[in-house]
Amino acid sequence: MSRLSPGIVSPLILLGAVLLYPLVFRSNFAVNLGVLVLFLTVLGQSWNIAGGFAGQLSFGHAVFFGVGAYASSILQLKLGAQPWLGLPAAALAGALVGTLIAALSFHAGLRGSYFALITLAFAEAFRILANAVGFTGGGVGLLVPLKPGFASFQLERIGFYYLIAALAAVSVGVAIWLTRSRFGARLAAIRENEDAARALGIDTFREKVKVMALSGALAGAGGCFYAQYFLYIDPSVAFGVDKSVEMLLVAMIGGAGTVYGPLIGAFLLTLIGESTRELTEAQGLSLILYGALLILIIGFLPNGLIDLLRWRRRRA
Amino acid sequence: MLEVRGLTKIFGGLRALDGAALEVAEGSIAALIGPNGAGKTTLFAALTGFVVPDSGSVRFLGQDVTGRRPHAICRQGMVRTFQLTQPFARLTVRENIMVGAYLHTAERALAAEHAEAVARRVGMGELLDRTAAGLTVAARKRMELARALATQPRLLLLDEVMAGLNPSEIGELMPLVRAIRDSGVTVFLIEHVMQAVMSLAERVHVLSYGRVIAQGTPREVAADPRVVEAYLGRGAAQRLAGGAHA
Repeated sequence: MSRLSPGIVSPLILLGAVLLYPLVFRSNFAVNLGVLVLFLTVLGQSWNIAGGFAGQLSFGHAVFFGVGAYASSILQLKLGAQPWLGLPAAALAGALVGTLIAALSFHAGLRGSYFALITLAFAEAFRILANAVGFTGGGVGLLVPLKPGFASFQLERIGFYYLIAALAAVSVGVAIWLTRSRFGARLAAIRENEDAARALGIDTFREKVKVMALSGALAGAGGCFYAQYFLYIDPSVAFGVDKSVEMLLVAMIGGAGTVYGPLIGAFLLTLIGESTRELTEAQGLSLILYGALLILIIGFLPNGLIDLLRWRRRRA
Repeated sequence: MLEVRGLTKIFGGLRALDGAALEVAEGSIAALIGPNGAGKTTLFAALTGFVVPDSGSVRFLGQDVTGRRPHAICRQGMVRTFQLTQPFARLTVRENIMVGAYLHTAERALAAEHAEAVARRVGMGELLDRTAAGLTVAARKRMELARALATQPRLLLLDEVMAGLNPSEIGELMPLVRAIRDSGVTVFLIEHVMQAVMSLAERVHVLSYGRVIAQGTPREVAADPRVVEAYLGRGAAQRLAGGAHA
């Protein structure tokens, strides 16, 4: 296998560590840090499934995150739905928007950087729309009223930790499945050479739409989590370029197209983000550091940080 | 098995295919030859759905497949290879061939088993774990062949599978093509290597300016003045004949 093939042991050890972490490090700060890492893992893995595994690079992945965040919040606030319903609804909304954007873009034959640009355009369009129309709260955004309790989907910090851990596990599980399934093999073929894939009987349009739906569902679920954890969303938080870039960076820095790359990327980015915030007042320092890190990684570890952890080098 | 009628494709002002017509019989090895730019690759692309013809029809196994998309045509049993090899560069040889094998099974173990069997059949058993990007030209050509075979085609279209190979590699590939045909797969090949055309093909179709100008056994075609002219220019056949008599 050219990708780091996960045995059965390493994911279980990892899972154990994730489950034990908040029991060992009990401070609010530590648990919050864990939540942020796992949350970014979900978003990075969502980008990774489309961009890393299937080679469909998106610059506007925030659109799925944002749609999920808004879908669950609007359901709860405007339609009075049970808050927990927001989670499947957000995943569904992300999948639908993923299907829509993919079907339109791929039907028009957009590939590579053109696809990246059109996803960016879609995210911007959604941001502007969310600003303009009434039911999204416009530029003011949506505030979920504080009402702690399980029924209102406002958990204790540790409850949220285990929820996002479950979502992260699902996202990593999807990535593992992609390394071992026919669907994943077809995505790899499309990523490597779309014409050859078509010649070998792969309906590339359909597979690409499917993977965007899957990726959209994960990011959408992440959006719902964000809204419930921070209890506030607005158009630029939900659909901003920052979020799209963050999702992409997590996967690229950790290792795009690998199972654990996003986890590594999320860990590092959260560490840099939080430590610069603790150490200095300078607002944009973390962004400068992300940028410098990205340059270093593209220069020296084009496959991402995960290459440092690989003991078996790929055969040339 | 394959019937092509009046196939026409116009790119801008260029008639790449201009009413091309031919038939390939089941169980045979047929060759498509013609000068550079005659439209051979365009014809293959039109047969396999990569190019939608402006007019004309392609019937395969009794069904009209004109204008169907490539994956659908592959699923029907007609598969092509590319003149310039198109490997899945960062995947291993095994993974490359498995992509083809997955056409008929969703089971990973079965696909891997089938891929390995096909690899051994084309003499790539030793290279299964190598990354495709690191293969020699000859090995890449074999891998393309293996990938296509793994889809279990009825008709295999080989676009210059011998090009870029040295004589001994060509010598190794020819019996393989024959063995593929003997296993029940009809073979239709575009080839510039005349040694291969003459010894492999039972029927040769000559394409020039998008039309099939001659067809027959390799010997008949080689003796056809229209074919000589297509390659060497108008009047060449007469001059050659005149020179021989003088």
